[in-house]
Amino acid sequence: MATVSVRNVWKEYGTQVVLENLRLEIADHEFVTIVGASGCGKTTFLRMLLGVEQPTRGEIFIDGQPLRPEPGADRGIVFQRYSLFPHLTALGNLVLGLELKRSRWLGRLFGAPRRAVIRRATEVLESVGLGAARDRYPAQLSGGMQQRLSIAQSVICEPKILLLDEPFGALDPGLTADMHKLILSLWEANRMTIFMISHDIRESFELGTRLLTFDRLRHDPQSPEAYGASVTYDLPLQRRHDRAPASMPG
Amino acid sequence: MRRLINQRPGRGERLLLGALPFLALAVLYVIASQLRLAANAGDKLLPPASAFLDTLRSYALEEDLRSGRYLLWSDTWASLRRLLSALLISSAIGLTLALAIGVVPRIRALLAPLVNAVAMIPPLAMLPILFIIVGLEETAKITLIVIGIAPCITRDLALRAAELPAEQLIKVQTLGASTWQLLLRVVLPQMWPRLIDSLRLSLGSAWLFLIAAEAIASTEGLGYRIFLVRRYLAMDVILPYVLWITVLAVSMDLALRVLRRRAFPWAEAGS
Repeated sequence: MATVSVRNVWKEYGTQVVLENLRLEIADHEFVTIVGASGCGKTTFLRMLLGVEQPTRGEIFIDGQPLRPEPGADRGIVFQRYSLFPHLTALGNLVLGLELKRSRWLGRLFGAPRRAVIRRATEVLESVGLGAARDRYPAQLSGGMQQRLSIAQSVICEPKILLLDEPFGALDPGLTADMHKLILSLWEANRMTIFMISHDIRESFELGTRLLTFDRLRHDPQSPEAYGASVTYDLPLQRRHDRAPASMPG
Repeated sequence: MRRLINQRPGRGERLLLGALPFLALAVLYVIASQLRLAANAGDKLLPPASAFLDTLRSYALEEDLRSGRYLLWSDTWASLRRLLSALLISSAIGLTLALAIGVVPRIRALLAPLVNAVAMIPPLAMLPILFIIVGLEETAKITLIVIGIAPCITRDLALRAAELPAEQLIKVQTLGASTWQLLLRVVLPQMWPRLIDSLRLSLGSAWLFLIAAEAIASTEGLGYRIFLVRRYLAMDVILPYVLWITVLAVSMDLALRVLRRRAFPWAEAGS
């Protein structure tokens, strides 16, 4: 549950302008899909929302509050790769977030509280179809399973905003239909606002409630870095078919 | 006939091939020893294998007349105690510093130049300073080994910590982790197998500094014994001791390798 307001945001690296004058008002529970050529600032935009990069000019607000300039528990992220912890089992990867929240100094729970978070994590694991993989390490999971786990890992912490950076880009095309179903059901059940970068136009139309395309508006052949990209299309999308709100335990 | 690079030995053949150079060296020694002894029955440089066994028996199974101890075992125990204490202390120092240096930019700016400089000091050049400051006892020997290997372990682990994918550290922050929690639950657990690798690489230098310290100031220990009997050209003691040190070092290396495989299965399956 969060509104996002991007006010006149510019991002420059030295003389190179990456993004210019972004202005966006994103409503609560919007599913924003972002497409655009590579190198046009989609990922930079996502990283600014994440808080690992700061706008050169302008500001971003979440629920009216200025965005905290570092990653935090209100914004979940799923990268294309490497967002799982290789030393923890599938279950351990889910339990971690819950333990961090409840145990400030050890980051670990014992006894009854531990059993409670394990119960909860097992439910979530089963809801994303990974019940059988509970004791396996990430390296022993297929790419699709890893991404399911990574999504579940973010969602179990109940972020207000979920950021997805080409989460299905490295997966077999056959797997993506399942992943779409999963992400939509989680989106419905948890009332998150989602931003998803995709290189797949069809996917972006299918999943999103709003589609943004990033591109350069102006181009100077003498110095290609002089102008940055901006939002060239901002399309509200009508859902072609309503999906039944799926079950997400808890 | 397949190309050489595509011919892989089976398990038995691999063992045989691995043992071959050892056997060749042993045979070479026996031949050379016999040639010398044939020329001069009193030769001390290459004593026969039977002399090794006699020495081993007396050092391992008979009390030393002067000290009442079984010299091989008391020497081994003295050396291993020093070596293991030093490895333990170095690991603790290395891990702590490396976590902070690898992950916290301010601490990296503060400490990385110092660690890099200390790593460049030849440890043996520090030995006189150590003897002057902490005396000739155990502390000086353990400190020498620590000075020799802790900076390398620190630098190695700090590099490994900095190599962790940025995505992991960002992800755990979005799960609400503080810097402390991130170090404790994400970075430290992934450093254990790397610490073992680092220790395995440091074992050689650790033994080097141990023997050096024992050779210069000690009253027991494997290195002390070797340098003591050197005065009498007692190759029948020196060579078995060197072999014994090799056996100890190789076993430690093997033990660490097995420990890594057993304790951190995720690191084996990993990328």
